Amino acid sequence: MLEGTTAEIKPREALRINPAKTCQPIGAMYAALGIHGCMPHSHGSQGCCAYHRSHLTRHFKEPVVATTSSFTEGASVFGGLANLSQALSNIFTIYNPQIVAVHTTCLSEVIGDDIPMMIRKATEDGTIPKGKYVIHANTPSFVGSHVTGFANMTTAMVRYLAEKHGHRPFQLNLIPGFVDPADIRELKRIVDAMGVNAVVFPDTSGVLDLPQDGRYRMFPRGGVTIEDLNSAGDSCCTLALGHFTSHPAATELDEKCGVGCAFLELPIGMTETDRFIHALRNYGGVDVPADIGEERGRLLDAMSDMHQYFHRKRVAVAGDPDHVIALTQFLVDLDMRPAYVITGSPGNHFEQRVREILREQAPDAVVKQNSDLFALHQWIKHQPVDLIIGNTYCKYIARVENIPFVRFGFPVLDRMGHRYFPCVGYNGALRLMEKINDALLDHKDRECADEYFELVQ
Amino acid sequence: MIELLPERRSQVVRKSAGAPASDLPCGKASTAGSVSQRACVFCGSRVVLYPISDALHIVHGPIGCAAYTWDIRGALSSGPQLHRNSFSTDLQEMDVIFGGEKKLEAALLELIAHYRPKAAFIYSTCIVGLIGDDVGAVCKRVGAKTGIPVLPVHSEGFKGTKKDGYRAACEAVYKLVGSGDTSAIGPHSINILGEFNLAGEAWIIREYYKRMGVEVVACITGDARVEDLRRCHGAKLNLVQCSGSMTHLAKMMERDHGIPFRRVSYFGIEDMSAALYEAAKFFGDDPAIMVRTQQLVREEVAAVYPELQRYKQRLVGKKAAIYVGGAFKAFSLIRILRMLGMETAVVGSQTGDTEDYRQLQEISDPGTIIVDDSNPLELAKFCLEKDVDLFIGGVKERPIAYKLGIGFCDHNHERKEPLAGFVGMLNFAKEVYASVASPVWQFAPRRANRGKEAVGP
Repeated sequence: MLEGTTAEIKPREALRINPAKTCQPIGAMYAALGIHGCMPHSHGSQGCCAYHRSHLTRHFKEPVVATTSSFTEGASVFGGLANLSQALSNIFTIYNPQIVAVHTTCLSEVIGDDIPMMIRKATEDGTIPKGKYVIHANTPSFVGSHVTGFANMTTAMVRYLAEKHGHRPFQLNLIPGFVDPADIRELKRIVDAMGVNAVVFPDTSGVLDLPQDGRYRMFPRGGVTIEDLNSAGDSCCTLALGHFTSHPAATELDEKCGVGCAFLELPIGMTETDRFIHALRNYGGVDVPADIGEERGRLLDAMSDMHQYFHRKRVAVAGDPDHVIALTQFLVDLDMRPAYVITGSPGNHFEQRVREILREQAPDAVVKQNSDLFALHQWIKHQPVDLIIGNTYCKYIARVENIPFVRFGFPVLDRMGHRYFPCVGYNGALRLMEKINDALLDHKDRECADEYFELVQ
Repeated sequence: MIELLPERRSQVVRKSAGAPASDLPCGKASTAGSVSQRACVFCGSRVVLYPISDALHIVHGPIGCAAYTWDIRGALSSGPQLHRNSFSTDLQEMDVIFGGEKKLEAALLELIAHYRPKAAFIYSTCIVGLIGDDVGAVCKRVGAKTGIPVLPVHSEGFKGTKKDGYRAACEAVYKLVGSGDTSAIGPHSINILGEFNLAGEAWIIREYYKRMGVEVVACITGDARVEDLRRCHGAKLNLVQCSGSMTHLAKMMERDHGIPFRRVSYFGIEDMSAALYEAAKFFGDDPAIMVRTQQLVREEVAAVYPELQRYKQRLVGKKAAIYVGGAFKAFSLIRILRMLGMETAVVGSQTGDTEDYRQLQEISDPGTIIVDDSNPLELAKFCLEKDVDLFIGGVKERPIAYKLGIGFCDHNHERKEPLAGFVGMLNFAKEVYASVASPVWQFAPRRANRGKEAVGP
């Protein structure tokens, strides 16, 4: 199906072919699911909501609930106030969530709906029951990407819910970013093992990785509670993982409640996990327990056992900016050579940060924000790579060019591992490394001539 | 006990023995604030036109609508795979302010020069109407410059329901109809409307007609080429399978070209046979066609019947819930399940009309729950109340069924095996059996707790 892709690269201004991003609202919906008892609400046409739920369901293989304002032509002329009021009334009457998290769509943004005014009105006329909350984030689809939407909703949690009452010197905030429930579960395990008390938000573990117990619950037991979010303003500091997804909320928390923050990358791979553990140790005032030290030791052992297979392998990486930045660092740790490093999301920080990481090992790498998979394919046709790492959509390129492929990031629509196994922390790094190693060696075993087919590798 | 939204009560009926069928107030926009499983106008247009594989499909709007509809429909093409790429104008904030026409025109010219498609479909998304882009004018200009049909699809998401999207797709396709040479088309010729070649179903159906001696001019839109559509007005009969999506096109062809149409279904032995006989009867001027048809049906039924009986023995008495897009498919499914000895306890659709629901009530057993435009909580509640063994639905319903410990069959875009035709009936039986009788359910807690309340908000 990619037979139309040529190596000849023409400048393209006006179109996007095979995107490496999607729109803001889906990120906001995902973030909102990380609050306990929360109903995400899409203020727009019902198609948006259906698409986001389907897409999230394909990635998580979990039921995803969200409501919609069900815009019609009337709403697009007269504004969506009536729709939102009726929606809030229905949601609280029937589904009875603790909190509703409203995000906008391109439609409601273009007609200029003023959501804070609508929430105020709903509060005044009693549509929002006592003790219940409605928060909102503006998530125009024509700005940024799904990553921006996630960051905006996470920031909205702080704006609406974080409060400053006192000081909790032994509590810190952890903003894990747009990662899978399995990753959040692993981060919480590490935090626990370190003996640190943390408010983790948003937290989709226990929401989108449920065991099968014969029940269907609209609001599962996971997610950060509103009480915990309230207390985030009292924490001693915030560890924010990822410039694009988490730093804005941490900054907001600093400005609003004076909680200082440490800006980290996602703890993917050796270097970034070291930094994360170091930050936990410093800010939490704790020692690194022996177990965590041993986890690191096992990762290091695996890296030394296998390092000859990674040396100078050319890699194409595509995905969301925070994921790609952290992964690029890990590839450098493994002595691999990132050749093309792209994200579909806009943001200059991406290119700066990745170039900085690649300055020594791969100064000639192509690094692009706001790019797409068509462009990536053209570069690969120009000069091939040994490995592609990215979301499921990269599989077309991997197939047509016969290049080993490791699935990583969002969305993964055709494999199951991401739903159960983390890619963060030392254990996550081990798993990523195993996948990279398997992909490279499986490819060699399949493609090499008989005389080079090895039993022992 | 979960209550229904008051606005929703009229959209749920229970068939009672002897009582006349009542009218469901369907076809209305979903209640704001409900977790609707429905989509939008754009979705309707996109799924119908998507399988035309030598056309360029470009989504004019922000990136989301293109991203969520990128190759999600298993509509197979025996030739070009162009339709499986994702093309979008990826509208940004500046485009929203200054208009997206220039960008659209540039994108079209670049893409048409590069891919040389036979036609181009331009889908309007929600905001295109609001920002005032004259998509029709752009299409005209580009069509004149490039010499191919460039067709606007009026699919702004909020301008109705998915059904209106089907209609917009029919209007767009209809602009091609009548422009091709029909001189080579024989007297016993048909078009198949509303068959999308999911998992290769159209190939199976085409083969049947070929064996009967009936020429298939165009399958619309499964594995369709632009040239087929141009000359399909030369056919003598239209067979409409997915009636919700394509009746509008059939009516226009009847009005302007005098081609009569018949509603058919290719699901299940009864409906499949009836569909073939429908064409044979129509071409009564050649009795040999009927003879061949009878022979074909005999052979095909004989080939699958013994194995079907074996499945029936294992499935008899099992109960099913059906929630599908169009109601016409539900009719077939009820009959198919009956043939397998199974009972339909819950049946619903996203887009059925009053007549559809009347008919559903007539063919259903007493006690069957019939529902329009449902949501996860309702569906889960009905499944448990009726203690069903199988759910037939689409992507959003699958994880709900599994969470409840219920088998599942995808009768939507994500089906992996052809379910149409005689062989499709056998595939369906196999798939249903594989899921209903899977050993996994022996571990499912619900089976141990049958009858206990297990749905909660």
